[in-house]
Amino acid sequence: MSHSINLTVNGTRRDVTLEDARVTLLDLLRERLALPGTKKGCDRGQCGACTVLVDGRRINACLALAVTLDGAEVTTIEGLAKGDHLHPVQAAFVDHDGFQCGYCTPGQIMSAVGLIAEGQAGIDPERIREGMSGNLCRCAAYHGITEAVLDASRRMAEEEVRVSA
Amino acid sequence: MKPFDYLRPASVEEAIAVWTPDAAYLGGGTNLVDLMKTGALHPGKLIDLNRLLGLDLIEMLADGSTRIGAMVRNADLAHDAGFAATFPMIAEALLSGASGQLRNVATVGGNLMQRSRCAYFQDPYSACNRRTPGVGCDAKEGDNRSHAILGFSDACIATNPSDFCVSLAALDAVVEVHGPRGRRDIPYADLHRLPGQTPEKETALEAGDLVLAIRLPSDAAAFRLNARYLKVRERTSFAFALVSAAAALRLEGGKIAAARLALGAVAAKPWRVPAAEAMLVGQSPGPALFARAAAMASAGAAPSGDNLYKIELARRTAARALSMAAAGTPTRMPALPASPFGEPAHV
Ligand SMILES: Cc1cc2nc3c(=O)[nH]c(=O)nc-3n(C[C@H](O)[C@H](O)[C@H](O)COP(=O)(O)OP(=O)(O)OC[C@H]3O[C@@H](n4cnc5c(N)ncnc54)[C@H](O)[C@@H]3O)c2cc1C
Ligand code: SF4
Ligand code: FES
Ligand code: FES
Repeated sequence: MSHSINLTVNGTRRDVTLEDARVTLLDLLRERLALPGTKKGCDRGQCGACTVLVDGRRINACLALAVTLDGAEVTTIEGLAKGDHLHPVQAAFVDHDGFQCGYCTPGQIMSAVGLIAEGQAGIDPERIREGMSGNLCRCAAYHGITEAVLDASRRMAEEEVRVSA
Repeated sequence: MKPFDYLRPASVEEAIAVWTPDAAYLGGGTNLVDLMKTGALHPGKLIDLNRLLGLDLIEMLADGSTRIGAMVRNADLAHDAGFAATFPMIAEALLSGASGQLRNVATVGGNLMQRSRCAYFQDPYSACNRRTPGVGCDAKEGDNRSHAILGFSDACIATNPSDFCVSLAALDAVVEVHGPRGRRDIPYADLHRLPGQTPEKETALEAGDLVLAIRLPSDAAAFRLNARYLKVRERTSFAFALVSAAAALRLEGGKIAAARLALGAVAAKPWRVPAAEAMLVGQSPGPALFARAAAMASAGAAPSGDNLYKIELARRTAARALSMAAAGTPTRMPALPASPFGEPAHV
């Protein structure tokens, strides 16, 4: 049974026909939509490398069946920067060395964007570590990751105050 | 993964009507899709519940009870300000489970119905009575460090992995189900079954039954000032419980007027012992009393394998959860929900 779905991926509408309902969002992005920035680590929800935003919420793309997401809006790491202008979370990861090999980094960054939007962690390092615990880093760059998320949260909060003032 | 048909019904009635014995209901998929990938489960049909209307509500009913729809996401429930203020122990249990990404997707119904985390259940090439009745149990001679110490049988020694369920059991939640034979309520204590000789019969749900909602009775809110969930794990966050405890007290004039205590990750269902709760009533809270209650709550515990340590751990976890509850529900969710590690370390 084939299924037709449409998704808005990084702002662009994509109509996709799935010959098979088994395709995960992760495999769809990487294999069919030429967006390999989202990484596959465990493929079982245990590492966070595949984190993307669906309708603004961070999820593990490896456990989401694409067929269930008809009509959804998906943001991947490729959709975060505006041209050469990095998203504040991306810039903070560069500034604070929030990575070593870089494999977990797209997932870390998407998770951090989701976490900041959720508004539960604020600028408390312990809450940030807890909120980021779904993203493992085999290189253990955790110190830099926490500093980066903390810095980005601060900058984004200041930006919000500036804009609303 | 084996191929399957995918159906997206628009109503509960339609979902039940298209159900067949080889079908599985799909909530968030964080457990089902995982087990389909390992090959442990291979439904021929997935019935997607995500487009059903009205199952994603948190409602206060006229009789003072609270009703939570089966498709409410774990994160949305835990972060609902009104719900978290009324049922802080449930919110803490939810936030101690899985990760931010998983909680955004995982549903109330799926969390209740999630399957065993026993490694041999997940692996289709291992013998597992729970997955395939009568073939044996590889966990008994295998890695069973985190298996049951209460209520297990020769046939199966697995535990129920859910944190949420422990808090619901303590507060006497009611599960509303709808199936081919109509609608009915299941008291929480009857939802999960101990394995006995039929570990494959995991819950009181019957073929085709759909969880519609859970209800918390009006008296459950009375524990809000003194209710904690405590979860001991092998790492601080994003790990299943080795042992956990949900403890809730109602204090009046310095004495305990009512008490609830449920242990998690010790059996195939959240473990409650009414006598352990009853002995607390009328007493003044204190460590010696709580140690006695904890011993009673875990009475009869025995190792099912390489897990003798869990017996003492269960006692201490229960006693400490009671002490934490007596000290009062924190005004804000702790930075590390349900963690024994209190004060934040700094970057
Ligand atoms: C890496 C990882 C770590 C985790 N850590 C924890 C943890 O620490 N603590 C914890 O408690 N949990 C943990 N979980 C488990 C997680 O909580 C469950 O996967 C989740 O709650 C399941 O919800 P779901 O909606 O995704 O269910 P699904 O995967 O959609 O379904 C699970 C089961 O329930 C059935 N089902 C779903 N909805 C209904 C319904 N309405 N009526 C009847 N049957 C239904 C499905 O058929 C299936 O059998 C973890 C999971 C992962 C992958
Ligand atoms: S303990 Fe239970 S779930 Fe694990 S292998 Fe044995 S029968 Fe299966
Ligand atoms: S690849 Fe999805 S969580 Fe690891
Ligand atoms: S930077 Fe290498 S895995 Fe995180």
